[in-house]
Amino acid sequence: MHAEGGVAALTENIAIPFPGDVPHRGRRRGGWAFAALLAALWLLMFAALLAGGDGDTAAVWTHLARRLPELLANTLVLALGVGLGTLALGAGLAWLTALHEFPGSRFFSWALVLPLALPAYVLGFVLIGLLDFSGPLQSFLREAGFSSGWMPQIRSRGGVMLALTLALYPYVYLLAREAFLSQGQRVLETAQSLGDSRGRALFRAVLPMSRPWLAAGVSLVLMETLADFGTVSVFNYETFTTAIYKAWYGLFSLQAAGQLAACLVSLALLLLVLEQRQRLRQRYALVSRGRDGSGKPRLHGWRAGLACVLSGAVLVAGFALPMAQLALWTLEVWREELDERYAAFLGHSVLMAAAGALLTVAAAFALTLFKRRAGLEPGAVLAVRLATLGYAVPGTVLAVGIVTPLAWLDQWLGALTDAWGFEAAPLLGGSLAVLLLAYLARFLAVAFGAVDSAMQRVTPAMEDASRSLGVSGLSLWLRLHLPLLRGGLLSGALLVFVDVMKEMPMTLLIRPFGWDNLAVRVFEMVSEGLWERAAPSALALALAGLLPVALLIRTTERSA
Amino acid sequence: MSQCRYFIFVLFLAFLVPPMAGAGESGTEIVVYSARHEPLIKPLFDTYAKKTGVEVKFITGEAGALMQRLKAEGTRTPADILLTVDAGNLWFAKREGLLQPVQSPALEANIPAHLRDPDKQWFGLSVRARTLVYNTQKVSPSDLSTYQALAEPQWKGRLCLRSSKKVYNQSLVAMLIAEYGEAETLNIVKGWVANLAAPVYSDDEQVLPAVAAGQCDVGIVNSYYYGRLLKKQADLPLALFWADQGAGGVHVNVSGAGVTRHARHAQAAQALLEWLSSEEAQGVFANANLEYPANPKVAPDPAVAAWGSFKQNTRNLGQAGAMQAQAIRLMDEAGYH
Repeated sequence: MHAEGGVAALTENIAIPFPGDVPHRGRRRGGWAFAALLAALWLLMFAALLAGGDGDTAAVWTHLARRLPELLANTLVLALGVGLGTLALGAGLAWLTALHEFPGSRFFSWALVLPLALPAYVLGFVLIGLLDFSGPLQSFLREAGFSSGWMPQIRSRGGVMLALTLALYPYVYLLAREAFLSQGQRVLETAQSLGDSRGRALFRAVLPMSRPWLAAGVSLVLMETLADFGTVSVFNYETFTTAIYKAWYGLFSLQAAGQLAACLVSLALLLLVLEQRQRLRQRYALVSRGRDGSGKPRLHGWRAGLACVLSGAVLVAGFALPMAQLALWTLEVWREELDERYAAFLGHSVLMAAAGALLTVAAAFALTLFKRRAGLEPGAVLAVRLATLGYAVPGTVLAVGIVTPLAWLDQWLGALTDAWGFEAAPLLGGSLAVLLLAYLARFLAVAFGAVDSAMQRVTPAMEDASRSLGVSGLSLWLRLHLPLLRGGLLSGALLVFVDVMKEMPMTLLIRPFGWDNLAVRVFEMVSEGLWERAAPSALALALAGLLPVALLIRTTERSA
Repeated sequence: MSQCRYFIFVLFLAFLVPPMAGAGESGTEIVVYSARHEPLIKPLFDTYAKKTGVEVKFITGEAGALMQRLKAEGTRTPADILLTVDAGNLWFAKREGLLQPVQSPALEANIPAHLRDPDKQWFGLSVRARTLVYNTQKVSPSDLSTYQALAEPQWKGRLCLRSSKKVYNQSLVAMLIAEYGEAETLNIVKGWVANLAAPVYSDDEQVLPAVAAGQCDVGIVNSYYYGRLLKKQADLPLALFWADQGAGGVHVNVSGAGVTRHARHAQAAQALLEWLSSEEAQGVFANANLEYPANPKVAPDPAVAAWGSFKQNTRNLGQAGAMQAQAIRLMDEAGYH
């Protein structure tokens, strides 16, 4: 224990220039092998989809091909809008709360993460309910004798961008905040001492220095946007994902759906690789961590007011309003709706979220270490990308891609056991392990983003220093990496926890009999348009997500 | 490397545990994959279990995903019954060989011919009528007649519709194609799109308030959405109009079920289906969602009966399923998204 503290202390406050990720000596082929394995898994998944019922795939394609450019444009514009929106909102709010003091800044610094607890489609639905022609706001205007025709149409491209931005900006906010807290103040002071104004320093020094964190946040947002089906359907906005569902559910061609999904995944891969290449041109050296609270400037006058109003508006629109609506609906229906089963729903949600978070973050840790060991080896870079791509695949598609090969395995095993004269229960029927595996495949990107950006703190020089002190191998990971990554690991686990709580399509398809949880309950009601009756479950989901979100904030505060 | 091996070992164990845990013997138990949601089926299954001692286990989900699971599980599926909404899904399940024919005089007596598969693989259990809804302050019922008439220029800027992605619109358009042919139907759908007062909604439940608030004058919805809204707010200026009464009749769709091809308890599954179609169960099955019972001997809920009786389109629903893909392509071509 003593030595562990020693190593950390030794390395903590040294400013170390280091040339990016140093490729480590050792197994060069490991990266390629791992990449090949992952690629094989992806291929297996798509093979499963392609073997699915072909509803006249050629005809489906000739039809879809005509609309594909439009859908692609829709998807890219949406991704661009949401990406820029979350970047501006996330980084802007983090800049305000992490590096300034203003009335309510302490409150906002944690409260601004809260929208994370709500599924994006719930936010979208509530926004439409409030702002559409028949909603309370426009109705009130008309009753008061005004026209409401001037109000922008909420069910539009802008509307869906707004909803997704409000729902997803916390990913960027959290990571940007971590970056600003851990290094922003020093970088800012340095830039200012060299003559930059505060604003100029933000754009010239702080933001560029925070790029790994910002990029991690925005790529999560982009992948989530590409995979989103719930929110875009509420707005009836057509994207690549809605085309996948149309091909499958409407035109009955899982094959065409699989091919479209493969395109979507390639698109995500391309985006990620481009971003990675860009980033690799730059090199980061870590300035010392730690922060002195006295260094934060206090905002005065209109600036303070503006900061306060801006944070407040985002919080109200992204969290308070939808929660209030859910609470109102819950009040309407709780008497007939709430019963003892809800305890089980909640229990199942929390249990699976906890198990999913643990497994996923463990895998993310392993993946981070693998990445560090393999360094810039192209095979390894590809492997990491392939491992985290699941986040860009719509949940149902991923679920079917996992279930189908397992069912094949089942059939095969079944034939085998039948031949031996006994009957084995199928793997799929009632396997929580399969569900956990699906969560891992889908949410590894989330945990990895958090852990990997924390890894930036552990410089190769620290590793070398530790090695020179005789600590290496497993004990190096346990004594150097694990303590330094603790904050990132916890953030990753909590993010995955909240995501699994909200996850619906995979749980629906894979859950064992009787394993309904809150998200499934929300689906049961929403699929029939019974939003009021979905409210208690959605509210419980959000409330259960609040605790981890609060913990998340304390983690980033403390680790900074 | 040793950690890696250990990790793989643990994963391997995780896969082994569930089959072992689930390997116990089960009594008389039927397994249902259901796309009809839990509050609508659980009370019935509970009653059935009390009555006969046969437990019904079920898992709910989206129809497409459940059918794919059923297909992938093949001979080893635990499912005995597939219960789903929309004739298109039932038609697809049949085409994919997921169901088996059921020889049952009881089912044939209880369910009218147009609501079940001619090859006896699936049976409609409740009927959902898709018809016109109008704002009583702005439209007189004498102005309304057919789905087709809503394409005429007099309705410009007065029509509200939900997304064409929803299967109810797909089967409606499929029926129109069957009635009028493809070219004529394309004109109808183009006419609808030209008459829209607002971008299409994602839900019937959004169309209804829009008609009530006067954003548009008329819409096309499933009757039970209207029923649900009226239960909450009785004073809305909304009324249903039964379309096509002088022509083919109101377009209906079903929720229905069939026995899976590899059912382990096919006999028991058939008995459950027969019971679900009986007078005892039909009222509960349909009324829970303000739908119409498929069994004509059973009266609908009084609230539903108050909307008046109507002539159903009696074209076999399997046809709507077979033409669903064609309908989707046509709607895409007409710019109805």
